[in-house]
Amino acid sequence: MKKVLIANRGEIARRIIETCKKLHIETVAIYAEADADLPYVKEADTAFLIGPSQVQQSYLKADDILALAKREGVDAIHPGYGLLSENASFARKVEESGMIFIGPNPETIDKMGDKIGSRQTMIAAGVPVVPGTEEGVHTLEAAVEEAMRIGYPIMLKASSGGGGIGMVRCEDEQTLSQNFMSVKQRAKAYFGDDVVFLEKYIADGRHIEVQIFGDTHGNIVHLFERNCSVQRRNQKVIEESPSPDFPQEARERLLKAAVDAAKAVNYRNAGTVEFIVDENNQFYFLEMNTRLQVEHPVTEEVTGFDLVEWQLEVAKGNSLPITNQHEIQSTGHAMEFRIYAEDPKTFFPSPGTIKTLQWGSMDHVRIDSGYEEGNAVTPFYDPMIAKVIIKSDSRQQVIAHAQNFFASVTIEGVKTNVPLFREFLGAQAFQDGSYTTAVLPQWLEQQKEEK
Amino acid sequence: MKQLLSTMAGTVFTIGVSEGDEVTAGQTVLVLESMKMEIPIEAETAGKVATINARIGDFVNEGDVLLTFE
Repeated sequence: MKKVLIANRGEIARRIIETCKKLHIETVAIYAEADADLPYVKEADTAFLIGPSQVQQSYLKADDILALAKREGVDAIHPGYGLLSENASFARKVEESGMIFIGPNPETIDKMGDKIGSRQTMIAAGVPVVPGTEEGVHTLEAAVEEAMRIGYPIMLKASSGGGGIGMVRCEDEQTLSQNFMSVKQRAKAYFGDDVVFLEKYIADGRHIEVQIFGDTHGNIVHLFERNCSVQRRNQKVIEESPSPDFPQEARERLLKAAVDAAKAVNYRNAGTVEFIVDENNQFYFLEMNTRLQVEHPVTEEVTGFDLVEWQLEVAKGNSLPITNQHEIQSTGHAMEFRIYAEDPKTFFPSPGTIKTLQWGSMDHVRIDSGYEEGNAVTPFYDPMIAKVIIKSDSRQQVIAHAQNFFASVTIEGVKTNVPLFREFLGAQAFQDGSYTTAVLPQWLEQQKEEK
Repeated sequence: MKQLLSTMAGTVFTIGVSEGDEVTAGQTVLVLESMKMEIPIEAETAGKVATINARIGDFVNEGDVLLTFE
């Protein structure tokens, strides 16, 4: 593998370029008009304008990207996360064109992209799933009947959903009736498929996921868990590993279930098995993400491995760099904070030009940033500017370093959630590590009441 | 004639009013989808909708006219 095209943008394109450089692999970047000035465009060996700013006219134009890849004679395509990364038909076309898709088999992407189908696969593999409907529910009447059987509150979800979009918690029949059509409509608009299903709502749940990795020789390992329970609008804001307040016995069961899940689909390359964990440390499969995750640096920091390097190795057809599970150790503690260009109170996006970007204290800090001072955050893409990853010996020390970091960072020109981190890091519920996915919304409510 | 301008660039996700409707100040008249978020656009003042200048699925820029009031 000598030349790789990166079908993505921003920080993840930059991250992939960095590892390719280390391994002396030539990189080809693509960019939309709005991204012409971003660092990754300059850092790639070559970069090509792929279209206007909107993703439908640029980063999602699979055929144009494939044509460019062929013209440039690349050996492989790395899809990053989001965009075309979980598009099975794109993966298939890459392989049919004689190039390597750096990710799982197209069949695996298809199977896991369908939430109802992936639930059925996991049930067959003996992995616990959230109690719910085994098939899609097509009418409100059927949904009401199923919800009665499962018991309220329930989650109404789009089978093709993801990224926190296309899911609503319903307390009772009334809220289910109110939301049924709109979730179907959203599912159709965002994912092109309006099939929905129901799951029991797990109260006081934590979102804990496991990084898994497979190769084409049948080896599958895990690289421990990440707790991603600090969320706003069902989207992650802080992730950490190891998960705090999680007994070793439960951790071992969870890691084993994740490996079983990966084995059930003969998994290849990097993947993440997401679980919801209840107050008694019982866990249930939620979904499998068939790509490198945004929060992969947390795992890199505690294990010491370069996951993009692992992806490239496996894609070449080599064995995993480490096939013996016991040789994969987790040491210390790591956290990732996602810096978003958004209003820290309303969470509405705040596009604009980053006039000042001074990171300040870099003690124990790694920054994966898609932008530099002077770049514009445009309204066409996700509002994430950068990821701040902090690693230290203990969770307490990580929090202390994070507090130092956020006290010294200055970002001007766009609103960001930096002020939120400054306050939230001191919150008791976060500090003691026993938090659930409700922690951030509950804390914000509390702040409002105190003012 | 009053106009309601888009506060940011995005795709029109839903339109909650029709031409001729009376709206109240603060009422959500339209929802934009931008940067993976749904952003409700509220009427700044009460009034009667004269024209709707956007359609579902349109991409609008900041400052584009979404609605006009009588």
